[in-house]
Amino acid sequence: MKLKRVLALLTAGLMTVGFAGCSNGGSENGDGTESATFKIGGIGPLTGDAASYGTSVKNGAQIAVDEINAAGGANGMQLELIFEDDECDEEKSVNAYNTLMDQGIGALVGATTSGCSIAVSAVSEADGILQITPSGSAADCTKAANAFRICFTDPVQGQTMAQYIIDKGYKNAAIIYDNGDEYSKGIHDAFVAEFKELGGGIAADESFTSGDVDFNTQLTKIKSSGADCIFLPIYYSEVAKITDQGAALGIDLTYFGCDGWDGVIKQLNGDTTNINGATFLTPFVSTDTNEKVQNFVETYKTEYNAEPDQFAADGYDAVYAVKLALEQAGDTSNEALIAAMTQITVDGLTGEMTFNENGEPNKSAKFAVIENGAYTVVE
Amino acid sequence: MQSFITFIQQFINGLSLGSVYALMALGYTMVYGIAKMLNFAHGDIIMVGAYTVSVVCSVLGMSPAVAVAASVVVCTVLGVTIEKIAYKPLRSASPLAVLITAIGVSYFLQSVALLIFGSNAKKVQSVVSLSSIKIANIDLSGVALLIIGVTVLIMICLSLFINCTKVGKAMLAVSEDKGAAELMGINVNATISLTFAIGSALAAVAGVLFVSSYGYVDPYTGALPGIKAFVAAVLGGIGSIPGAMLGGIILGIIESLSKAYISTDLADAIVFGVLIVVLLVKPTGMLGKKKITKV
Repeated sequence: MKLKRVLALLTAGLMTVGFAGCSNGGSENGDGTESATFKIGGIGPLTGDAASYGTSVKNGAQIAVDEINAAGGANGMQLELIFEDDECDEEKSVNAYNTLMDQGIGALVGATTSGCSIAVSAVSEADGILQITPSGSAADCTKAANAFRICFTDPVQGQTMAQYIIDKGYKNAAIIYDNGDEYSKGIHDAFVAEFKELGGGIAADESFTSGDVDFNTQLTKIKSSGADCIFLPIYYSEVAKITDQGAALGIDLTYFGCDGWDGVIKQLNGDTTNINGATFLTPFVSTDTNEKVQNFVETYKTEYNAEPDQFAADGYDAVYAVKLALEQAGDTSNEALIAAMTQITVDGLTGEMTFNENGEPNKSAKFAVIENGAYTVVE
Repeated sequence: MQSFITFIQQFINGLSLGSVYALMALGYTMVYGIAKMLNFAHGDIIMVGAYTVSVVCSVLGMSPAVAVAASVVVCTVLGVTIEKIAYKPLRSASPLAVLITAIGVSYFLQSVALLIFGSNAKKVQSVVSLSSIKIANIDLSGVALLIIGVTVLIMICLSLFINCTKVGKAMLAVSEDKGAAELMGINVNATISLTFAIGSALAAVAGVLFVSSYGYVDPYTGALPGIKAFVAAVLGGIGSIPGAMLGGIILGIIESLSKAYISTDLADAIVFGVLIVVLLVKPTGMLGKKKITKV
């Protein structure tokens, strides 16, 4: 008897919630373009190995949404961010996209990682919705006509670093890269081609496999190769291991890196003795003295009790790109938003950028120099 | 002359890498030799040992000696517990079921470490500080020398223990025939538990020396080196204690020299290629004993 009553109550409760959900969704969807709320979908890993990336994008995007809403919204509409977890899994990412579409999003910020972004754009291209990946750096992320990106592509990073290293007067570079990682290989290939083109030589071209911990062999080879600098197009955790082992072998060459280096100082527990003078390309450094950046870092720290990284900045800029596209288009239709993307200029945390028809951002690179336990930004 | 010095340096790099593999392979081979099972969680127990050092040294701020002791205790208890919970109920099950369970335990340990410590690698202060020795332009890392020394010492102690003590002989009897050993009054379960305890203590030592030599630990620290150590054990003849040592050293040297003189991309392919060739020519591994099973 008692059980029945509980069941009845539960059912009644569920039905109420269900109806409430329906009526909410109904009114907003029904209003369509007249709606006072414009929903932006977000996709990224909030759990799993790559959780820190998605969490940063989500937090950064949320700060942008709150700022825009506080300042009166975009075209008088309030923005709403709905963020779905994809665990960095392509299938889950497409599912997340479908969930968001069911909730009536008008633009998509995502996915956060390259593979997921490509998988989602294969589906979103048919829907025609504006998709901006904050941090998907693989070339194919912007292949779809509706897809744009905020970050640099892997090849652009390699070319830019080759130019930078040549400009600094180095002639003979050694490289260690991860041959099992698309990102690392993409930067490596473009770097080698550009560096040779610019008249430089590659003294040693070494690789490793993800999971390797011993780099003594590669470093010993580099030591006797006559290289005058070492380029490491890899993530910060391996950078720390390689530079530690390099110091133990008595290697005293200048290191150069890519945006995967962000976080290396923390990884080294703040001790940068072995890598002082190292320079890497990055779109965002939290110690940048730029006022906009400092305001963002301040808000981020208060809201989330953490230091923002480049993913947070990319997420923030992506939301602003949506906002500007909305204002430029004066309309919420997919075609108008996509057409507006190539006409806007986003003055974002990761630099001032415009977008071309291929969806690629056009912005100047920033470089971070590591000196005595801190990053310094050079334009 | 310069190229000769580089060659010697690369050879020594291989020797020190190989001694790490050898130390890990000792644990694999010990458990396989006695309990006749592949403990795929061995690499992850090494990871737990490394994290213990990190927590005791860096977080609790205690001395390295305490850290080493704590690491051995934690790993031994963990090893015996895993054996009791996951492997003992499967004593009479097919070897395949035990193998799959071991892989499950391996993933379980990795995921728990991921939950507690996060996916970022942690820098660990070295528990042994030995300066490197320089002989004619060749750097001999102190930690590498220590690892080689410890591995040889453990190999000798283990061989003596198994062949010359009563408990060791009981282990040999269990590995030969569990049923017959039981009839002779040997407590099979206790013997296998002891095997796991010793294997896990070895993993702890490997973990301590591993972080001392590479300085970082993450939840997957034990994964790839663990697989390589397993290959080393098979190469040397799984179940044979001197074989694990030999297999580890040879594997390290082949890996290092192929990276240095052939191609870093192909190094792993060459390492595993050597394994295939050895197994084709001598299926029991280099020092493995041939056993005839009567049907």
